[in-house]
Amino acid sequence: MPEILDQARTQVLENGVGLDESGVLAVLNLPDEHLPAALQLAHEVRMRWCGPEVEVEGIVSLKTGGCPEDCHFCSQSGLFTSPVRSVWLDIPSLVEAAKQTAKTGATEFCIVAAVRGPDARLMKQMREGVAAIRAEVDIQVAASLGMLSQEQVDELVDMGVHRYNHNLETCRSYFPNVVTTHSWEERWETLRMVRESGMEVCCGGILGLGESVEQRAEFAAQLAELDPHEVPLNFLNPRPGTPLGDRPVVEGKDALRAIAAFRLAMPRTILRYAGGREITLGDLGTRDGLLGGINAVIVGNYLTTLGRPATADLDLLEDLKMPVKALSETL
Amino acid sequence: MTELAEPVRPTDRAGATAPPWCDRCGGESATGGHAACAAARVLEPPRYCAHCRRRMKVQVLPVGWSAACVEHGEIRG
Repeated sequence: MPEILDQARTQVLENGVGLDESGVLAVLNLPDEHLPAALQLAHEVRMRWCGPEVEVEGIVSLKTGGCPEDCHFCSQSGLFTSPVRSVWLDIPSLVEAAKQTAKTGATEFCIVAAVRGPDARLMKQMREGVAAIRAEVDIQVAASLGMLSQEQVDELVDMGVHRYNHNLETCRSYFPNVVTTHSWEERWETLRMVRESGMEVCCGGILGLGESVEQRAEFAAQLAELDPHEVPLNFLNPRPGTPLGDRPVVEGKDALRAIAAFRLAMPRTILRYAGGREITLGDLGTRDGLLGGINAVIVGNYLTTLGRPATADLDLLEDLKMPVKALSETL
Repeated sequence: MTELAEPVRPTDRAGATAPPWCDRCGGESATGGHAACAAARVLEPPRYCAHCRRRMKVQVLPVGWSAACVEHGEIRG
């Protein structure tokens, strides 16, 4: 057994203290032969500190495309030659999407907009949309609207938004290679305000942007410092027309190593499968990740791409005897 | 425009009446291989109208999607 896994068994599994950056790096550098042991340990950590429940979420794009920012992975930037056009979702369709999500057993419904930060029109749409959902659908509403002002944070709290997603995307040292129109520190400032407001913090990122293994470890350590309620873990799905459109996808074993390492860095967080798992891991890898530290999934489609049918994930959870977290446990 | 057109997938284009444009990349169906486009379309909605090559307004929803061409109407999947 590699020394780092022995250390993690005592430190993380028994005492609930996450690995630091050097420990995460050691896990990320484990040879393939030790990957099953790392995943097994990460699964034990998840079961010990989070329990067997899996949190299920659906997401929808309220405002697609036309974003002024230049996040190099994103097909919704208006600065690239992506085929994605700008489109707004009307409120009846938003409510219907929430209903469809709730039918899967999901407890979370995240409303997302491709913006630098919300303007008055978007905040009005949010206020009306969240009120309509809360009147008709039994589901928790989360939001992801970019960078916020303090007034906007307060307004979202007032609407009843219980969790706010704002991904750091990658580690601080690599961020300028991915985004040039705003800084990592600006994102951190929004996260600080969200935390202080009492909303739950959802913050993760994307692996496979060209970062080194050392930078992946740096990212895990920075997320652990933030201590978010939820960490969505995406794997790059290279989008045509974006600066990262020709990058290779993350190799499956590297993705699983990262899942185990992030779980060992953050034993108590909700670690969610997000975009890209279908092409990086496929069906078998999806199962391996759920048995290697993942305890939440996005079901159904993503913002501009399609996911597996919700039933495929729900059947898998049933097969793995992992109960879907009930709404009563999230309130 | 209210016509509801049938979804066109790249694999449909082998037929004599296949639409002229790839609905993923917007390239000519008859030139170049679009096998990669067909494979990608399993996990993507169409982006280009297969009849006129216009970029469509696409809304992805948790269950399903819609794609609207200003000339040829809306398709859903």
